[in-house]
Amino acid sequence: MSDTTATSHVGNQPRPYRRRVPILWWVRRRSYLLFVAREVSSVFVAWFVVFLLLLVRAVLSGEDAYRRFLDWTANPFVLALNVVALLFVLLHAVTWFNLAPQAMVVKVRGRRLPPVLIAAAHFGAWAVVSAVVAWIVLG
Amino acid sequence: MARSITMQVARYRPDREAEPTMQSYDVPLRKDWAILDGLNHIKDELDGTLSYRWSCRMGICGSCGMTVNGEPKLTCATFLTDYAPGPVRVEPLRNFPVVRDLVVDIGDFMAKLSVVQPWIIRKDEETPDGEYLQTPAELEDYKQFSMCINCMLCYSACPIYGLNEHFLGPAAIALAQRYNLDSRDQGSADRMDALSASTGVWDCTYVGECSTACPKNVDPAGAIQRYKLTAATETLKSFLMPRGGR
Amino acid sequence: MTYTHDIVIVGGGGAGLRAAIAVVEANPQLSVAIISKVYPMRSHTVSAEGGAAAVIRAEDSLDEHAYDTISGGDWLCDQDAVEAFVDEAPKEMLRLENWGCPWSREPDGRVAVRPFGGMKRIRTWFAADKTGFHLLHTLFQTSLKYEEIARYDEWFVTKLLVEDGRVRGVVAIELSSGRIETITAKAVILCTGGCGRVFPFTTNANIKTGDGMALAYRAGAPLKDMEFVQYHPTGLPFTGILITEAARAEGGWLLNKDGYRYLQDYDLGTPQPGPVLRSMELGPRDRLSQAFVKEMEKGRTIDTPYGQVVHLDLRHLGAKLINTKLPMVRELCLDYEKIDPVKDLVPVRPVVHYMMGGVSTDIHGATPLDGLYAAGEVACVSINGANRLGSNSLPELLVFGARAGRAAAEFAAAQPDDGGDWSGILTQAEDERRRLERDLRGREGGGERVSTIRTEMQAAMEQGAGIYRSADSMAKCADALQELRERLPGVSIDDHTTTFNTELIAALELGLMLDVAESIVHSARLREESRGAHQRTDFPERDDVRYLAHSLIHRSADGSPRVEYPPVTITRWPPGVRVYGR
Repeated sequence: MSDTTATSHVGNQPRPYRRRVPILWWVRRRSYLLFVAREVSSVFVAWFVVFLLLLVRAVLSGEDAYRRFLDWTANPFVLALNVVALLFVLLHAVTWFNLAPQAMVVKVRGRRLPPVLIAAAHFGAWAVVSAVVAWIVLG
Repeated sequence: MARSITMQVARYRPDREAEPTMQSYDVPLRKDWAILDGLNHIKDELDGTLSYRWSCRMGICGSCGMTVNGEPKLTCATFLTDYAPGPVRVEPLRNFPVVRDLVVDIGDFMAKLSVVQPWIIRKDEETPDGEYLQTPAELEDYKQFSMCINCMLCYSACPIYGLNEHFLGPAAIALAQRYNLDSRDQGSADRMDALSASTGVWDCTYVGECSTACPKNVDPAGAIQRYKLTAATETLKSFLMPRGGR
Repeated sequence: MTYTHDIVIVGGGGAGLRAAIAVVEANPQLSVAIISKVYPMRSHTVSAEGGAAAVIRAEDSLDEHAYDTISGGDWLCDQDAVEAFVDEAPKEMLRLENWGCPWSREPDGRVAVRPFGGMKRIRTWFAADKTGFHLLHTLFQTSLKYEEIARYDEWFVTKLLVEDGRVRGVVAIELSSGRIETITAKAVILCTGGCGRVFPFTTNANIKTGDGMALAYRAGAPLKDMEFVQYHPTGLPFTGILITEAARAEGGWLLNKDGYRYLQDYDLGTPQPGPVLRSMELGPRDRLSQAFVKEMEKGRTIDTPYGQVVHLDLRHLGAKLINTKLPMVRELCLDYEKIDPVKDLVPVRPVVHYMMGGVSTDIHGATPLDGLYAAGEVACVSINGANRLGSNSLPELLVFGARAGRAAAEFAAAQPDDGGDWSGILTQAEDERRRLERDLRGREGGGERVSTIRTEMQAAMEQGAGIYRSADSMAKCADALQELRERLPGVSIDDHTTTFNTELIAALELGLMLDVAESIVHSARLREESRGAHQRTDFPERDDVRYLAHSLIHRSADGSPRVEYPPVTITRWPPGVRVYGR
């Protein structure tokens, strides 16, 4: 007689069927699509960083280089790329701020602030910062 | 209203089939009948060989989760009339290995449960004389996360889990948070390793479908996002204050 | 292959988990395993709603809890058991609190209590109206802390192995693979719960097929007080989903078709706007269910497609109270009846809910069969007598789960680690394996379905052994059961596969249920009196001269039942009249 102790996790299933995840699984549902789009947005965030570095390099290299850089950005292809990138970054930002109330529980006098308020505060802060930046850049 | 509805039910008998097939059955369409009542009708009257799990048929035991017309559902609380005129497609929960017909293997989740140490951890050795006091507000802090019935709908809805079975997953993380946020518990540091590991909260990229699928409004996605903030804060603290930062 | 443990617990619900923890705490050297036909958190403890009684408030006393329990049980409770129970219930409940159970709280942080049926003091702890759910999950999650506890999840026990008058293990099937294994043990604790599924209309989950009762009965352990089947007065029609007694404890009213609080006509007190302890809607369950039948006979109930109902009125409680104290009632009504108790009347009717009887045990959970223990609804200690009070079953499974665990640990430790002669046991196991494999592979199709026999059994039980019984009704029921027993071997099993064969399990459960059903009817026929939940139209009075005694039903070697009547243990509360509402 053997002296084995079993645990429940030792399965003995003959052949459990594992369904393969279809390649286009992410088009099946809006939330999945949105999720994949947000994942993809990281590429565009990275692009903005590269763009910024290029800009800084151009500024440092003198007026000529800066002008050439500006000409290059006016190229329709680069413009289109930047518009798309902006959309993705906006998507990223909006979903990020929508998520904020999920991550943060703020209590005022023992009462939990409603999630809408927290999201609103984030969007508000975003708007203010954007306005300040716009004022510095354009003003 | 039509008097019957067609149920297309996934069959998989590993002894004889290499992969699942669909089988159709006509069942009476009655106002009070849940999907589960339809399955019971099939089992009792039409085909005794159909296998599925069920028990309480009041939405609390968590046994009868299945995929109904592509959505993860508790079949005892999902009604046939909502799918009239049909047909309605009933498949096993997604993202799990299928054992047989509508039965999936949840052994992976059962193993993950222990990993998050879902019990009260106290640093003081002695058991208290009476109860730990806990105000209704303190109860409210974790109550929502204590409502999980382990029905696995969230794992079925989570594409991350579908792509990476090592991900701890929504219910397990929500359960860890249930204890972390309990005023009686002192074990959040002990749970941190599992939760902050590469297979922990950071695997989640906030699809949010787990909370949509949850039949008990547990909001596991919320639990995960909250823990991300906690984990980030703790990491920052331990970086700034290497000694005793926690 | 054979597995070996010191202690095997059959059933992973509240009692089984509590027993397992008790074993580890009593003696960590012992190897303990839980074998359960469902994952532990699916167990039926999960469905308990209203609460768990234990004396905690200064104005309450153990004696009062004991008296409520004993009078509620119509003096059929063993009073030594009740005294042990009320004494240990608060300690067990506090342990559960320490383990993290999310009990509802008072503003100052103490555990909150609510009134409950048949209780003279406010002593029912609750976690909103999902008390059983929270209790089970707390126990299960806490049990994960103890690595010593091995688990066989989704294994179905088909037989207890007994040799030389001692239990030596079990035979079980692993559902996922179909393999049949022998699991030996020095002690076995049955924690399989009740048997509501022998009736057609029940709050009990599909898994409540009386497995442990029948396994013990077949192994030679007697069952006690099987005639006492509790009807809960408020189940939803069709589904049988329970609407917790807490709904009445919070102030709900029961109304007949004229909107009249009919309980006042049945010696249960006079109606007051708010809830009054031990009165009206807070009377005991047996009396309320019986009042429903009388009301139905007077034609004052409401006719629906799913039978006669009365109305539970919660509307005056308001949305706020319902949402905080009775959220699940609202959830269940909305999900399953498409009605909102905040605005609508809730249709309810009596529904089979709980088995007072069960495997006979002493106050340590030990059965007369050496090495066999039982706790929870499967057992009859007896603290519930002829009628269990609401909110006593959860503390019961804690108190006696822990007691059975400790007693089994002590027993197992005293047994030698013998290699011994296992040949007899292994032969038995081999016979059982052959029986199961024959059922699995050998049965031909084309016969009757499992469900046909099951449905007929359930109908016979409702007609013959329901809320009111008579010699005639029970004789018919017994005949019907006999006929079904003869038809049972002809039941066909179309599924001959090994993987998760639920048809085979259903057939095995049906056999177990028939044993339990017969023991219920046989015990009921012989008890010629009315007491608690056992009401006979032909013997309407309680008869303390003949029947202040337990029915102890044994299975003879030839399979026929034999009933004895050991006396009830009376310590301090001599039999009296049950008074409610006065």
